[in-house]
Amino acid sequence: MPDARTEILARVREALVGSAIDPVQTVAPRAATPVATRELVDLFAERVADYRAVVERCSAEDLEDRIAAALPAGQVIVPPGLSLRVPDAIVDDGTLTAAELDLIAAVVTEARVGIAETGTIVLDHTPDQGRRAISLVPDTHICIVREDQVVADVPEAIALLDPARPQTWISGPSATSDIELDRVEGVHGPRTLHVLITPPRDVTS
Amino acid sequence: MRVALMVTCINDALYPSTGQAVVRLLRRLGVEVEFPQAQTCCGQPMVNTGYLDEAVPVLRTFVDAFAGYDAVVTPSGSCAGSARHQHSIVAGRSGDEALQEAVAKLAPNVYELSEFLVDVLGVTDVGAYYPHRVTYHPTCHSLRMLGVGNRPQRLLEAVRGIRLVDLPGADQCCGFGGTFAVKNADTSIAMGADKARHIRETGAEIVVAGDNSCLTHIGGVLSRQRSGVRTVHLAEILASTEDSAVAEVTR
Amino acid sequence: MSGTFVGMPAFPEAAREALTDSQLRHNLAHATSTIRAKRAKVVAEVPDWEELRLAGAAVKERALLDLETQLVRLEETLTANGATVHWARDAAEANAIVAGIAKAHAATEVVKVKSMVTQEIGLNEALAEEGIAAWETDLAELIVQLGDDLPSHILVPAIHRNRAEIRDIFRSKMGAAGRPAPDDLTDEPAVLAAAAREHLREKFLRAKVGVSGANFAVAETGTLVVVESEGNGRMCLTLPEVLVSVVGIEKVVSRWEDLDPMLRLLPRSSTGERMNPYTSMWSGIAPGDGPQEVHVVLLDNGRTRALADEVGRQALRCIRCSACLNVCPVYERTGGHAYGSVYPGPIGAILNPLLKGVGHDEQTDSLPYASTLCGACFEVCPVRIDIPSVLVDQRAQVVDAHRGGVPKPEAMAMKGAAYVLGRSRRLSAVERLTGIGMRFARRFGPTAWTGARDLPDAPGESFRDWWLRTDGGRTDGGRNDDQKG
Repeated sequence: MPDARTEILARVREALVGSAIDPVQTVAPRAATPVATRELVDLFAERVADYRAVVERCSAEDLEDRIAAALPAGQVIVPPGLSLRVPDAIVDDGTLTAAELDLIAAVVTEARVGIAETGTIVLDHTPDQGRRAISLVPDTHICIVREDQVVADVPEAIALLDPARPQTWISGPSATSDIELDRVEGVHGPRTLHVLITPPRDVTS
Repeated sequence: MRVALMVTCINDALYPSTGQAVVRLLRRLGVEVEFPQAQTCCGQPMVNTGYLDEAVPVLRTFVDAFAGYDAVVTPSGSCAGSARHQHSIVAGRSGDEALQEAVAKLAPNVYELSEFLVDVLGVTDVGAYYPHRVTYHPTCHSLRMLGVGNRPQRLLEAVRGIRLVDLPGADQCCGFGGTFAVKNADTSIAMGADKARHIRETGAEIVVAGDNSCLTHIGGVLSRQRSGVRTVHLAEILASTEDSAVAEVTR
Repeated sequence: MSGTFVGMPAFPEAAREALTDSQLRHNLAHATSTIRAKRAKVVAEVPDWEELRLAGAAVKERALLDLETQLVRLEETLTANGATVHWARDAAEANAIVAGIAKAHAATEVVKVKSMVTQEIGLNEALAEEGIAAWETDLAELIVQLGDDLPSHILVPAIHRNRAEIRDIFRSKMGAAGRPAPDDLTDEPAVLAAAAREHLREKFLRAKVGVSGANFAVAETGTLVVVESEGNGRMCLTLPEVLVSVVGIEKVVSRWEDLDPMLRLLPRSSTGERMNPYTSMWSGIAPGDGPQEVHVVLLDNGRTRALADEVGRQALRCIRCSACLNVCPVYERTGGHAYGSVYPGPIGAILNPLLKGVGHDEQTDSLPYASTLCGACFEVCPVRIDIPSVLVDQRAQVVDAHRGGVPKPEAMAMKGAAYVLGRSRRLSAVERLTGIGMRFARRFGPTAWTGARDLPDAPGESFRDWWLRTDGGRTDGGRNDDQKG
């Protein structure tokens, strides 16, 4: 008997005998008019808030105070490359186990992209965001998004992102609609998502 | 313009008054329809049950009956849909290239009544009079397969004396579905019962639709429930005038 | 553990039973009308939704028509990214591969992301036979698993359960599977969700092996994508040391940018959200981040059979959003169990016969008939699967599969109808008997029709006879009855 791979590929070939690929490449539609950054950021903030995430906009100077105010009681972890200081935070060195992370109350990360239309934050887990587990297990996620990271919609985000990197697309706190299709926020992922939107780094530093 | 009436098998056998209404209505609008005597059925009952081979001779009869007409008008969204969307499948199955060509030529000329009135004749006010409280059920094939949109409502709104009331859940299927009504009778009846409930909620005396097959099912449920609501085909409302309203009282 | 669909009755019988369950009808009507309204609202926000659907259909169609190249490419990129690729012709091969990986790590349990394909192959049952517990971690799947129940919806497998039933299941069954439900458990959805969080937490934190499916697999980059809401997916994809993903070969898309129309179409069609809470993407192994041993099982299990069906192959475009279930008037009345498969509703009515083939068992053969062909499913399908057309084609295949044997009464009736309708003269003769037929049916009912529906009165003459007698209504033909109704 041929191996499974050989046989499946042969079946595929046989199934498609006489079927040509449609040469027409349909391109997904994109928003016709570019929108000013200001409006995009407004929309982003509104859409993230729609998911019942906490959204605040603040200057770079206020950022550390806002983070401090947003932190719940308990320990906080930060990724090794976070561009600002969070007092008393554990800096992740990749050694904490899932069970140990479960004892930590909050995490502060940055982000790669914000998508205005859908209110989505994309993490690609570079050192300013850290490995996936640290932004998953703690129950509060404080996420800093810079205004110049906000794009209009999904195609713009896809174009910016590096497929080689692991990614987590986050749209609000964890939620379920499994009971009578009634949306409830807060299941396994962080039950509190706190988004801080700040001006671009180069303008303020 | 030579216009043929495709009356459909169910109207021919069970609802001749609907066919007669189309003739009267179009005559009033200046269109003399012809009735090709060779016509029988569009073949949909076979196609939708899976009997494609059996539909081939029926399709041949259909094509022979209607070839050469500029327009074929039918008081059935479902049968128009069958002609426009399914005949090519049956013709393909037959392997007969002449039949395939004939179907390709004929199919675009088949119009459901409201399409013919609005798109071909360009009228929405057909001069009808119908002093009743009426609710309209858009049948699935006219709504989704043909995309007749709001043409029937526009025609009905222009009828004098009519009181049109919205049907809740209007776009939900009534549960007829041809062979479905028999093969899955329990589900069909459950759907029909919900449709009948919505119709009764409107307080309408009449439920109107563009397909007598759906109306047979809906009317069957309404009648069993002793609801007092009557089913009437769109063509019969549009054909009604002040004179015929007097006649109707006596029927 | 949850049951299987083996040995289910054909659709009409299963539906009859489901229709008598008024609680089920109520739960379904409530849930489907809620989700329909949510979907309609967010779809209306997208001005070029129709173009987006076309783009989504094209992405899947292109990959399917070039599937051999795409699969080979996917294998190459996954391997280059450090993943191990396995191929499985059928359910048994796929289950054996997953069990083998779990055993190699001496795992006695795995945590699972909600996945249709692992239900299709009966993975949980297969692992149980090997002494490995498979924990479902999606809330609805947990409800189904704890309740020893069957899924009845693609997105919301416990859609047939209301909150009070779920509370009862949690109270009585959680203890045996791990951490019990709290004593003060109410039927508030938020409270029930919190109980699920507590129950599953210990399983996530200790799991060595995670099992998932994938919503998309990008051939060009070797990226798998899982779309979810609760974070259970992220837990299973991130915390275990070993990750096994079972992926149907139809899940492949060619290019990275092909994810764009799909990620705009899926959440709006599925949960009626602009975007689902979490989407995870991973391209093999990320050093120091997440599972350091990653397996991908590419599964056929009937997909190449469906691919060979020129009309039906479009069903392989399906992205399991379940919009077709939510708008289906049949599904809304009968629920998902009546379809006898993990794939219920309109898509199930075509996908099951396409994957399994028709003409072998009555249950599968009944599915293409479980529809009124109303077309609501096609209207909402984000990848434009023309489900009504495939249903009609599958019906023809069912009929053709039974040609040659002793003809059923239906086949004889159709042959008779074809004869009568083949010539108008024959039809005309039969029409004169319509009145007799109607009186007969009324008298000797109840038949399938007359059980709950009256028959119309037969007219005095057919339209055809009226036309001949009155010259199309131009004369009174001897009697004035063109007003007769």
